[in-house]
Amino acid sequence: MNKSATSDWLLFLCFTVAVLAMPIWLKPFGADYPDLMQRFAIFGIFAIGFNILFGLTGYLSFGHAAFLGAGSYAALWSYKLLTMNVIPAVIFSIIIAGIFAFLIGFVSLRRSGIYFSILTLAFAQMSYNLAYSVLMPITNGETGLQLNLADPRILDRAAGIEATNSLPLPNIFGVATTGMPGFYFCAVILIIGFFIALRITRSPFGMMLKAIKSNQTRMAYTGFNTRPYLLWAFVISGMYAGLAGGLMAVTDPLAGAERMQWTASGEVVLMTILGGVGTLIGPVLGAALIKYFENIFSSFNKSELQEVFAFLPEGLADIMVSVSSMFVGKSWHLTLGLVFMIVVIFLPGGIMEGVRRMGRMFGIGKAPKEPLSVANTQGSQANG
Amino acid sequence: MDAILLQILNGLDKGAAYALIALGLTLVFGTLGVVNFAHGALFMLGAFCAVTFNLVLSSSTKVRDESVTLFEAYKEVPILETKFPNIGPVILDYSIPLSIIVAIPFMLMIGLLMERGLIRHFYKRPHADQILVTFGLAIVVQEIIKHYYGANPIPQAAPMAFAGSANLSAMLGIGEGIVYPWWRLIYLAFSLLIIAGVFAFLHLTTFGMVVRAGMQDREMVGMLGINIQRRFSIVFGLAAVVAGLAGVMYTPILPPDYHIGMDFLVLSFVVVVVGGMGSLGGAVLAGFLLGILQSFASMTEVKSILPGIDQIIIYLVAVVVLLVLPRGLMGRKGVMED
Repeated sequence: MNKSATSDWLLFLCFTVAVLAMPIWLKPFGADYPDLMQRFAIFGIFAIGFNILFGLTGYLSFGHAAFLGAGSYAALWSYKLLTMNVIPAVIFSIIIAGIFAFLIGFVSLRRSGIYFSILTLAFAQMSYNLAYSVLMPITNGETGLQLNLADPRILDRAAGIEATNSLPLPNIFGVATTGMPGFYFCAVILIIGFFIALRITRSPFGMMLKAIKSNQTRMAYTGFNTRPYLLWAFVISGMYAGLAGGLMAVTDPLAGAERMQWTASGEVVLMTILGGVGTLIGPVLGAALIKYFENIFSSFNKSELQEVFAFLPEGLADIMVSVSSMFVGKSWHLTLGLVFMIVVIFLPGGIMEGVRRMGRMFGIGKAPKEPLSVANTQGSQANG
Repeated sequence: MDAILLQILNGLDKGAAYALIALGLTLVFGTLGVVNFAHGALFMLGAFCAVTFNLVLSSSTKVRDESVTLFEAYKEVPILETKFPNIGPVILDYSIPLSIIVAIPFMLMIGLLMERGLIRHFYKRPHADQILVTFGLAIVVQEIIKHYYGANPIPQAAPMAFAGSANLSAMLGIGEGIVYPWWRLIYLAFSLLIIAGVFAFLHLTTFGMVVRAGMQDREMVGMLGINIQRRFSIVFGLAAVVAGLAGVMYTPILPPDYHIGMDFLVLSFVVVVVGGMGSLGGAVLAGFLLGILQSFASMTEVKSILPGIDQIIIYLVAVVVLLVLPRGLMGRKGVMED
């Protein structure tokens, strides 16, 4: 117990340093600009939260984007009605998403397996469709919710801060949260979120969730009512998603319904699986990798490819360009899909599993315990 | 009265597409026990079969335009029309129904390839893994199509003879002024035919009987010395063909684009779950039922009472059914009950 507590603190320390030093060590990769790093942190939070549900309990939700969207809208309304300070906005986005998750979770968790996936998907699609139609007054439909000069901003006005002739920026006690300050704000929240996830995983509550995953029936036979635990896991993970949505609004004060679409839910699933389900670092790693490669791959165009293959003889270069153009630019999702398939087929534990296997090859790491599937992998480190 | 009849027709029509996709989904689930998120991609591939067939047929050459006399003008004329002036235009006109001939072997091949190449490695893995890998496959197929055909919908024309609308009131003597597009009626009839065909195949042939027996108790059938796996693989191919044909015939109704499959897939999954996992009759019933409910919900009279209901009705019904009838409308006992 003592040893694992030390290693946890070490892990947390390394994580903190790595996140805060991102602007330094990402420079060689050309990814050290604030916009991208903000996305790393935000989607990292989203994936950590998703992992609390899917990684620990094994319940695959296909509707987490609904909470992301709800968080964004809540933050925007906090800007519009109260103040441009981001602290209340973030708090509101967590609370609103939590309530939303409680309602959806309460109903969806009556079923498990694929039925649970379909139920969450149905609720998310309902929210998405309603955001486009009936909830127009709240969501502003297709245009998306935006700030307005004429917004009330009660607290700001009471404090004597008037928006002059340009739109006010979200700020934290006067410092605008765009660019680098925005990144550091998100990074600090990511670290806090990671710490909470770490504590949850190691807590008796976390053990309970893992027990539910390995055998829910047996849990029920020993006299536990599993539903409240599942519901709490669902709500917490929804709160993380809401927090991520709120942070999106912190760095860019805009909220659109497309954030609620089920493809967005699919994205967070991809991130978590790619990084490693049930691991702590994995989801953050997956989120950062996907966002990084999205950035790199989608910016390639044909002429750049021609430069890359310029050293080849002409005919061959043309073939290479036309083949590789399938994988970059607008169709970079093809690469994503292929990588994802390969990971699910050959490396169900994601990148973290790969790292562990490498470690084992060199004689360090834990005793081998072959994982059978994505849904079973984290058993091997349940006590780690 | 007319409005109601019209909505029922609309619903049947929409439901026909849902039912066809859901039929394939549930067939695969009932036999192989695989949750196939790439089934929508098969629908999309079918639609693009029709698009490709049409493109190939209408590949054209430049021909001197005789109607312009002032200067030498050229116009594009499909090779088919220049080579076969009599039958060519007719073939071109009927390219959508004709592409079925191409689509059947193509989809069968794709289906078998998919099952042998990928799906069979996932029988023993949990449903979550199956969902994930087929979800990845769907993205890949979608992006390949997007790469070659672009992101915009490609409109396809129905044959001239069926381009207009049928005056059903005059033909059947019911109501007044019920006018409905011919092609949609044909789609409805076509899908009923396919559904009947699948059921006949499963219930009237020996092959189908073995497959049904395998669905009941796979191990027992295996012990009787029957290679049930091979038959199930063929059933997967059959499901792919059904989805593909649904896609081919749907092109004149909705111009296909690369994500048409995903749009239908989410709804079809809901349909399957409402009908009951693994139940063929349930899938068909739920498909038509949800289609009709959806078209009634989009009537202005209904919308004025419950705004936005047309957007969520299907999901709402699914939620209610799942909570009240855990097995769906016609789910079999013991199939995915948790």
